Amino acid sequence: MKEEITAKTVSQLSRLLAKKEVSAVETVSAYIQKIQDLNGSLGAYITVTEKAALKQAEEVDRLRAKGESLPLLAGIPVGLKDNICTKGTPTTCASRMLEGFVPPYNAFVVDLLESQMAVMLGKLNMDEFAMGSSNETSYFGPVRNPVDTERVPGGSSGGCTAAVAAGLAAFALGSDTAGSIRQPAAFCGVVGLKPTYGAVSRRGLVALASSLDQIGPITKDVGDSALVFEAIAKHDEQDATSVRREYPPLAKILEKGAEGLRIGLPKELFSDIISGEVKTAVKAAAERLEALGAKLDEVSLPLLKAAHSACFVISAAEASSNMGKFDGIKYGYRAKDCGSIDEIYKFSRSQGFGRGVKRRILLGNLFLSAGHYQKYYSNALKIRTLIRRDFENVFEKFDLILTPTTPTTAYKLGEKRGDPLEIYMGDICTAAANMAGLPALSLPCGADLSGLPVGMQLIGNAFDEPLIYRAAYAYEQSAKTARRKDD
Amino acid sequence: MVSQNVLQKYEMVIGLEVHVELKTRTKIFCSCPTDFGAEPNTQCCPICAGLPGALPVLNRQALYYAIKAGLATNCKIASTTKQHRKHYFYPDLPNAYQISQYDKPLCENGYLDIETGKGTKRIGITRIHIEEDAGKLVHLEGEGTLIDCNRGGVPLIEIVSEPDIRSAEEAKAYLQKLRAVIMYTGISDCKMNEGSFRCDVNISVRKKGEKGLGVRAEIKNINSFLFVVRAIEYEFARQVEAIEAGETLVQETRRFDSATGKTYSMRTKENATDYRYMPNPDLPVIEVTGELLDRLKSEIPMLPDQRKKKYTEEYGLTPYAAEQITVQRETADYFEKAAALTDYPVLVANMILTDIARLQQPDQTDIPILPVHLAAIAQMAGEGRINSRTGRILVQELWENDTDPEKLVEEKGLEQISDINILSGYAKEVIAENPKTVSDYLSGKAAAFQALVGQVMKKTGGRGNPVIIQEILKRLIHKKE
Repeated sequence: MKEEITAKTVSQLSRLLAKKEVSAVETVSAYIQKIQDLNGSLGAYITVTEKAALKQAEEVDRLRAKGESLPLLAGIPVGLKDNICTKGTPTTCASRMLEGFVPPYNAFVVDLLESQMAVMLGKLNMDEFAMGSSNETSYFGPVRNPVDTERVPGGSSGGCTAAVAAGLAAFALGSDTAGSIRQPAAFCGVVGLKPTYGAVSRRGLVALASSLDQIGPITKDVGDSALVFEAIAKHDEQDATSVRREYPPLAKILEKGAEGLRIGLPKELFSDIISGEVKTAVKAAAERLEALGAKLDEVSLPLLKAAHSACFVISAAEASSNMGKFDGIKYGYRAKDCGSIDEIYKFSRSQGFGRGVKRRILLGNLFLSAGHYQKYYSNALKIRTLIRRDFENVFEKFDLILTPTTPTTAYKLGEKRGDPLEIYMGDICTAAANMAGLPALSLPCGADLSGLPVGMQLIGNAFDEPLIYRAAYAYEQSAKTARRKDD
Repeated sequence: MVSQNVLQKYEMVIGLEVHVELKTRTKIFCSCPTDFGAEPNTQCCPICAGLPGALPVLNRQALYYAIKAGLATNCKIASTTKQHRKHYFYPDLPNAYQISQYDKPLCENGYLDIETGKGTKRIGITRIHIEEDAGKLVHLEGEGTLIDCNRGGVPLIEIVSEPDIRSAEEAKAYLQKLRAVIMYTGISDCKMNEGSFRCDVNISVRKKGEKGLGVRAEIKNINSFLFVVRAIEYEFARQVEAIEAGETLVQETRRFDSATGKTYSMRTKENATDYRYMPNPDLPVIEVTGELLDRLKSEIPMLPDQRKKKYTEEYGLTPYAAEQITVQRETADYFEKAAALTDYPVLVANMILTDIARLQQPDQTDIPILPVHLAAIAQMAGEGRINSRTGRILVQELWENDTDPEKLVEEKGLEQISDINILSGYAKEVIAENPKTVSDYLSGKAAAFQALVGQVMKKTGGRGNPVIIQEILKRLIHKKE
């Protein structure tokens, strides 16, 4: 039974809990057992909050026993990426720099999950300060891909996707700045959504690049993704970039199917930069969507590559600014034996930040510095405007854009270490959606010849998550049926 | 030091940057209170303390106040404006950036007119932008340095003038005018001792007649008009002396030490920080609609210059009296209330500027006499029912115990004595009693006549009509002769 519980989707679990076929304590205990069994080899969690989790589960059971009708997520175990602030629980961003930092507040999304009575299991590993795509840069050690532990889970939300794929959390919340939810979701074979910019509050998310960051759900399937997204897509008056926008109930929309949806396939992302096996799998998925009634056509997004470079410039620039607050003065790591304020800054930051973070800070400062600002930052902003326009043009004729999520499947740990440029190429398919603030979802679409998951990405117009979910859900249901037939 | 002769060959070119704390109830990006003088770190939250994940949300009131400052100084208000991050490391700046504005400031291209010895002069205002204040460092001897975040995030506007100012007096006049205008709009207390109105001076010198600008120095954070004047005078002489000695000036930031009256170099341009300004991605572009502008315009009270014009034209005040009355908005408001209730507004102004000013503490602006009461005193004085001395006594009495002055005059019998028979009787007595004074007067001593008037006034118990007394005395003395 325990194995079964951790294999259930959120909606399955929610039904079982509501019918009292399983208790919240049983559910949470099963997950905690699995974390104890597997976290040592996977490295998905940095902090496990089992005591608090069990207490919360008991409370859920107590209320349910009283006959109260509880929210859909009541008693559902969730893991949170460790850059999402949790009151009273350390939030490390997988960095030495935040050693000992315990936030005195919850992120808005955490408050929302608490109001839904979801049970937090702990804080999930990530690339340091969300800078990376392989989850090898964490101060607490790498995360391994549960599909093949020799391989990376992707990043930076690799702890989230590994946990969901391995059954160490029923779902997780990650963050995505250039692909940090979608790329690891593709590598681990789970579903990850980067919502429309402003749909989910960023308050309490330790910022990497504030104009690109979004928190999003990582789930076992598309239905769960919609369910969790609905729970966290709420307006927050205390985030000036949060948008006041009501989504229609998604559960009903899912069933509407892919019929009639116009889907564009950008030729730039079905080119040589994408591995043959990934292309084959995504093209097959496209054919399935066509069979389901979607209308497919090739489109062009000529600025995709430029947008990817510009995204790096903007994200490094904003990161260099956002990292300034980590100065060894107020909280977190402070170097010992500093003789002056300048030494506190210099030594704390030198010792507290890892290589990748320092590289971004240096580059970001360069991009913003007098004499380089025009060439880098200012041009990057122009490209951002242009890629937005590119997308606008495409969405005049199409409802969705379909691309591979990643150029390759998961690579081996250490394979690309020391080659930041190649790792950074892993964002080529995903960064543009962040630049334009558009919603994009990655979902599994088969495997390569070694059996590693391949992900496809659906990009929608702003606030068109419902359309994305229609296509994704239709595809997922159809693929599931086909698999059953094969079996 | 260089001689006056040498100094006179040069002129100074000055631009001022003034920081004004806005008196919003809460801070610019969070809901912490802004009260001055609270216990350290009792007015800060994750946002003003720069904790990770905390996000700023603009306090609309701060925006409205800043727009009012722009409207009151004749600026153009941008229809859209951005907020930027200005980066530098300092422990009083928890985020390592200050939220300010770079290009596209909220207000641009304004001006203020100031009164100088040579008449009215227009000083251009380049821009006004909004920003947050930093925290405060407290250095404890031998114990280290502590950070107080209370002031961090208090809303500020920075008002940058054009380099139109040519003397310390003009600088002072500009600052006084700016302060008056800001205080009129009600957006700041402008308390210099609490740092809610502080000034940076940009100053360079050049030979008179030259068009180009010299190398400028910026003198930071001066918090009194007197120090601004002294800093400018010192800095002018220092720069002229350096040029005369053949030295090359460098662009630098200096500080003024009020103890020595001198300025000292803090850093030169070579060591200047590259602030790496960047649009703040946490804050959307601010849009200022026409409706908002109209509403804020309607909330701006009549400003000193407009009031001055009104007071001279409608109430017949002298320009000097009008200028004095309008320095403080409270005084002007009081004047207007009282002036509306009497036929003698000039008398109201005179009483405010002499009798009342004498009773007020320095910086006191409130007047504990109902305007209607002061108006009644002016009315009685204007109609000749009381004399000016009685007027002064009434102001004094009402200051301590405000009551209806008409009743007081009636009860105490303070009405002016203008009856020629009564006054003639007293005058005859005085002439008879003071032959020496009378002869002194006749031999040309003007003071002797005033003494005689005083004697008659004494006999009336201070209630005599001074004009009639003078006439009678002159008539009687000359008739006798």
